[in-house]
Amino acid sequence: MTAEVATAQTVEDAARPRRKVARSDRARSEARLGWLLAGPAFVVMLLVTLYPILQATYDSLFAYRLTAPDDKEFIGLRNYVEVLTDSVFVQALLVTLLIMVVSVVVELLLGFALALVMHRAITQLRGLLRTVILVPYGIITVVSAFAWFYAFDINSGFVNHWFSWLPFIDTDLNWFAQQGTSLFVIIASEIWKTTPFISLLLLAGLAQVPTELEEAAEVDGATWWQRMRKVVLPNMKAAIMVAVLFRALDAFRIFDNVFIMTNGANGTTVLSLLAYRTSIGRLEIGLGSAISVILFLCVLLICFIAIKLFKVNLAGARGES
Amino acid sequence: MRRRTRALALAVVAGLVAPLAACSSDDGPPTLTWYINPDDGGQAEIAKRCTDAANGAYRIETSILPRDASAQREQLARRLAAKDSSIDIMSLDPPFIPELAEPGFLAPIPQDVADKVSQDVVQGALDGATWKGKLVTVPFWANTQLLWYRKSVAEKAGLDPSKTPVTWKQIIDAAKDQSKFLAVQGTKAESLTVWINALVESAGGHILTNPEAPADELKLGLETDAGKAAAEVMGTIGKEGLGGPGLPTADEGASLTLFQGDKGSFMVNWPFVWSATNAAVEDGTLDKSLLDDIGWGLYPQVTEGTKSRPPYGGINLGIGAFSKHVDDSLKAAQCIVTPENQAYYFATNGNPPSNTKSYEDADVKKAFPMADVIRESLENAAPRPQTPYYNEVSLGLQETWHPPASVNPATTPKKSTDFITSVLRGEQLL
Repeated sequence: MTAEVATAQTVEDAARPRRKVARSDRARSEARLGWLLAGPAFVVMLLVTLYPILQATYDSLFAYRLTAPDDKEFIGLRNYVEVLTDSVFVQALLVTLLIMVVSVVVELLLGFALALVMHRAITQLRGLLRTVILVPYGIITVVSAFAWFYAFDINSGFVNHWFSWLPFIDTDLNWFAQQGTSLFVIIASEIWKTTPFISLLLLAGLAQVPTELEEAAEVDGATWWQRMRKVVLPNMKAAIMVAVLFRALDAFRIFDNVFIMTNGANGTTVLSLLAYRTSIGRLEIGLGSAISVILFLCVLLICFIAIKLFKVNLAGARGES
Repeated sequence: MRRRTRALALAVVAGLVAPLAACSSDDGPPTLTWYINPDDGGQAEIAKRCTDAANGAYRIETSILPRDASAQREQLARRLAAKDSSIDIMSLDPPFIPELAEPGFLAPIPQDVADKVSQDVVQGALDGATWKGKLVTVPFWANTQLLWYRKSVAEKAGLDPSKTPVTWKQIIDAAKDQSKFLAVQGTKAESLTVWINALVESAGGHILTNPEAPADELKLGLETDAGKAAAEVMGTIGKEGLGGPGLPTADEGASLTLFQGDKGSFMVNWPFVWSATNAAVEDGTLDKSLLDDIGWGLYPQVTEGTKSRPPYGGINLGIGAFSKHVDDSLKAAQCIVTPENQAYYFATNGNPPSNTKSYEDADVKKAFPMADVIRESLENAAPRPQTPYYNEVSLGLQETWHPPASVNPATTPKKSTDFITSVLRGEQLL
């Protein structure tokens, strides 16, 4: 009898058109306050991001050189065809992807190790340890790029002298004269600078793993590696994916390190530098805008792949899922 | 509550508007803004002197541009394209002048002013200040490269560049025989273009044969005997390791360090190296004996007996076409470039004058004993290609002639010509 009533009630509920759940006055005023606080920033963000994006998209349809404004001509998608079929663009894209993949993978491994150290550090040392680990992330990228450049530079650098005992390093090694060694320094500088960022995100993920689960696994006789693989990592998957996504987007837009260290010499040109060189250096606003739009679309594609294919939950890192 | 809000809003508006009102003051003499390249304070001092000399007619304020010449160009071109009226006077690197003159970003120089500021000016500086047969900027200081050498090395090789100009082959052989390094600029930057241009011009050619033509009609002169001779010199130095391991990244500063070291022999570089070496000796970081061992002569020849065409650099003054004070700016520019001010600038900041009269100044002769050689070099100097598309040409050369060890007389000139031509025609990215 009770079951029948309950079923009838459910059917009735389902049949009734869904009404908006009435919110309390408090909830409404909180929502309003939320909009008031976040609204201005939202509008400003729209203005400073949407306007340039739309302007760049519009400019990319023209043959337009800044020093010849009278010769501006609508050419449709011709700039895009030219960019996408150009060997310089393809090489820049491959170099950018290489930097992105290598730096994200290494940072993820190092960042996880650092997060574990920070997580497990004894209470007295925890504050000091986190500060020390975060120092590189606090340094402005241009400053860190110069520091790395001068460290490896053949004239002013100390690296060749300190590490000349290694078989592949001698005092005459010019790191910025070949593609391989140039990319090595650029990627190493990226890793040094942003591993703390990844480790912070992973630390937040580690903190969400319930200790009872780990303890239970330990009681059941699981080894350290088994606990990591079966308990810790699956429980912090959301944090890992968010860290990977954020860093991948960041690494894909790399500019400062390359600009300072090689300015694109020896096949180290990346997409952002190519866009800069075309728009700002050559003053070819149309062609440069087309590269910028393609760069933007690549970033969107990476977001799409991460969110849709790998099911990254952006709220997951905050423990909201 | 509402009244209080309104009062607050009024106060905010007043706070925002008050500073703007202060800016729009029309009282007093006009303030001219002179956009300068970074230096040792010489241009700021000249601005002060000319402000005093104007007797209240105008005031000159300086505003510093980025350190790098191409970054200076980027900033000025973008601001001028936006019709920035705050740009009254600009310190301009000569290769970028046609690009700003062609779209009318520079105010015309009236004939009487042009005649006045051209008097006693070295030919190289006049060529660099001219576009389509007209003086479009006021020549200020003019730079050139000399051959600097270690007297001990030259003597051992039986050379005396101070008396007889030497050839690239001679200094290459001397460095090779004595296991020394040649200090040249092989980094992928503007200094590489400077070297290529000097080599091609010294061999009797030109990088562009019709520099005033539109982009898609520009013709390169690299697939010639001159282009091949230039490639031969650069390729030999690169392949034989004569520029040292740092050659692919060597700029002017790195070249100087190499020259001052144990393996230094010959160097092509701007005159700042003399004041820099003197300062290092005074500071005690270099030994005085090094200074005594340094000699100077004219830029090396590519073909024996044919005068070299040394690099030409420096700064000219452009007047902003959108300035509200063009007449005052022209007067100020004439004051800035007086022989006295140029002599002061050379003696204190190491930047050679474009006006020959300044070389007679006693302070100049004391600070730069090689002043006469600099003047002679400036008379022979060849500007880099004067085209509104200079940036494309220069970057295209750097792309195809770097690193120097990869330069091959049989292939590089053609590769370079094909690449730059397709970039200029909009068929290739750079």
